[in-house]
Amino acid sequence: MNAEARQGFSPRKGREPVELFRSVNVDWLKLKWYFLGFSLIFSVAGVISMAMHYHQIGSPVPLGVDFRGGTEVQVQFQQAPDIGAIRQAMDAAGIKDATVQRYDEARLNEVLISLPEQKDESSLESGQKQVLDALQSHYANPTVPTGTKVSVVGPTVGNQLKRQALLATLYSLLGMLVYLWFRFQLIYGVAAVVAVFHDTLITVGAFALRDKEISLTVIAAILTLIGYSMNDTIVVFDRIRENLRLSRRESLADVVNRSINQTLSRTVLTSGLTFLTVLSLFIFGGQVLNGFSFALVIGILIGTYSSIAVAAPMLVAWQQSRAQSGKTVALPAAKRSRV
Amino acid sequence: MNKNLNKKIAVIIAFLAVCIYGIIGVPSGFSGKALTQSLTKNIHLGLDLRGGAHLILQVVVSEAVSAETDDAVARIQQDLKAANLTYAQVYKPDPVKQPEVVKIEGTSPASSGTVRSTLDDKFSTDYDLSGGSDNSWTLTMKPNIETALEQKTVDQAIETITDRVNALGVSEPVVSPYGLGKNEILVELPGISDLEQVKSIIQSTARLEIHPVVGGPYNDEQAALAANSGALPPDEVMLHGSGTLATGSDADAVYVLKRVPVVAGSEFRSADPGTDQNGRQAVHFTLTNDAGDKFYDYTSKNVGQSMAVVMEGRVKEVANIQSAIRDTGEIVGSFTPTEVQVLSKMLRTGALPASLNPIEDRTVGASLGADSIRQGVTAAVVGVLVVMAFMLVYYRGSGINADLALFLNLVILLGFMGYTGSVLTLPGIAGVILTIGMGVDSNVLIFERIREEVRAGKAPAAAIDQGFAHAWTTIFDTHVTTIVSAAILFLFGSGPVKGFAVTLTFGLAANLFTAVYVSRVIFDWHLGRLKPGEPISI
Repeated sequence: MNAEARQGFSPRKGREPVELFRSVNVDWLKLKWYFLGFSLIFSVAGVISMAMHYHQIGSPVPLGVDFRGGTEVQVQFQQAPDIGAIRQAMDAAGIKDATVQRYDEARLNEVLISLPEQKDESSLESGQKQVLDALQSHYANPTVPTGTKVSVVGPTVGNQLKRQALLATLYSLLGMLVYLWFRFQLIYGVAAVVAVFHDTLITVGAFALRDKEISLTVIAAILTLIGYSMNDTIVVFDRIRENLRLSRRESLADVVNRSINQTLSRTVLTSGLTFLTVLSLFIFGGQVLNGFSFALVIGILIGTYSSIAVAAPMLVAWQQSRAQSGKTVALPAAKRSRV
Repeated sequence: MNKNLNKKIAVIIAFLAVCIYGIIGVPSGFSGKALTQSLTKNIHLGLDLRGGAHLILQVVVSEAVSAETDDAVARIQQDLKAANLTYAQVYKPDPVKQPEVVKIEGTSPASSGTVRSTLDDKFSTDYDLSGGSDNSWTLTMKPNIETALEQKTVDQAIETITDRVNALGVSEPVVSPYGLGKNEILVELPGISDLEQVKSIIQSTARLEIHPVVGGPYNDEQAALAANSGALPPDEVMLHGSGTLATGSDADAVYVLKRVPVVAGSEFRSADPGTDQNGRQAVHFTLTNDAGDKFYDYTSKNVGQSMAVVMEGRVKEVANIQSAIRDTGEIVGSFTPTEVQVLSKMLRTGALPASLNPIEDRTVGASLGADSIRQGVTAAVVGVLVVMAFMLVYYRGSGINADLALFLNLVILLGFMGYTGSVLTLPGIAGVILTIGMGVDSNVLIFERIREEVRAGKAPAAAIDQGFAHAWTTIFDTHVTTIVSAAILFLFGSGPVKGFAVTLTFGLAANLFTAVYVSRVIFDWHLGRLKPGEPISI
């Protein structure tokens, strides 16, 4: 840090600009085995948890009412509700298998009453009516429900949504693979998609580990984090492509390392800022957005990590394996002209 | 350069003004109340924010097919009789699973040719004819006719539901086909918190039918079967009911009726409440002209027999045919006053062509909606403030640039939403928060690049130029990929998720504009004011 280097910056305030990563020079590729280990631990933990859930409840992650079907009545009381008394009220009314739990912040006095999936759709409405009637007649506490939110989802819609969500995710990935193939080269697209798969696996695994439900809005969050992780990976790839164009003599590994170091300050900043906005959602956003913000909090961290730890090493490993097997190694930058 | 710059600034301000107009229109005043009023007029809140009901109803199209084939059965019988062809029976072998199939049995072998030509003549446009051996024939509705009928049924159902919902006085209701499965209808009713009453009005089939009575009243189904030697022939059906006139009491009884009604559904032109001379509840009905002829035909041939009035699968009344009736009549009996009112209202707005099965129900009470808005907005505001503060600290002077761009982003996003009438949902608010995060990303990309160029020794103007040039490809790639993801979400998602995709796409598009065009203009303006040799604050 000498005077010339600081030449371009405003001397008025007498302070240097705040810069977090001015001259970083980490050999990221050397750390790839640590990265692999870290990823493996979390992936495997997630997969095991999903397997256990599958064994217990028939699906890898707890599903929200959108997917599993059933009745969910969310009731707000004027005064603090008594869970035990509510359960007794359900039993007294003959409602079997009802789950009663506190919902959201304590001061809101909300309770969530869930009934399991109905086998046929003609009994959809009766569940909701039964719950409300039971509360009216058997809940001895002199409180009156002030607001209710009811979701009744039949098994048809639940199954359709499951299929639809899966399809949307897969098409999303395919679309991005094609776009990257077009803008860079196939291996870039594949590396990016693998990184995204890794992110999705760990995020869904986190839901399994923490026993959180996946609802339709969570799927929206997962799709967002896919886009975000791609985003991050593309920034690094873009820099790699630019550097490859400029210097033909460096090995790919060196170029990749340098590119990551150059984009590091941007990566940490953006991820940090986006992470902060999402964290604010997680803390202040309320119960309804809780699953959504949880997915994003994990997703943004892992998405940033994967660009450096998964996508970049994959790129280098691929090229090295091709070089070893004697195939021609075309520098990716040579093929595309700059837009 | 200066003139160019002024033009650009003018463009930006004009665009801003247009967006602000989209958000609040021309407000009647500048008080908080007037502004919130114009705001809510332009920005539509989704159901999860405003409170209301969301229903997905499946149209049981097989009923429409059934009704059509019932009609065909009656016509076949008439045509065969008119052509003097004998037959044993005309019926539907599997009315539940295959409502589109009609079977004719027991024709005489000699007239087989005439039977074929008569059936061909009358039914070949809509049905496929097969058979002829062992004197039985099968008519199957053609698949394309069946699909067209199903589509027509769904369309009619949508129209009828719209009429009924409008008659209820719901503001801004949505009734539309629902994309996921076939034959599903989405109904969204903002502001409705008591779903039960609304559902019963929407779903009421109010389909009146009159069937010939074969036997009854029996005490229960076993008795009915016993009296008919154990099983019913295929053209008869058992229904429960409480015909007070017949049994003299309100107890439930079982009747055996002919499956095919004499007149049904839309053949009733109207039904009005009234009382008969003894003061009992009665329904005065009128039939359409064609139905009137059919009814006259039936009643004149069956004086002294009984006919049953059936509504929604239950026998409401059994009446003795005392004389031929053409097209106006009166049914006395066990209708409650409310039933008659509902019935007449339904017949006036039009009957549903088939019954509706609810497959998804959601209601959000308005108070819960307001809570969600509050929480979402708090989160958004906190997020924005933290980001803005950070940009100021980290990028100093240029931080103001970034913050301005961020603010503009939000205004443009809301403006787009106001103009397109898009609906803001809770995930949509989350989409806005995410746009803030990603919008800042573009600024960071550009500023970091500019810092690099400055560090490499370039003059301010050149540094800014290079910074924007290099960052553009990256910004373009990243935004296009996320927009692709959002587009797929929009195509495959429904309701709230669609709202999220919309705000994300608009936000990213707005961001492309602010991060690249507006930021550049602000930098250029700042450059114009820099003294020579003075560095940029970044």
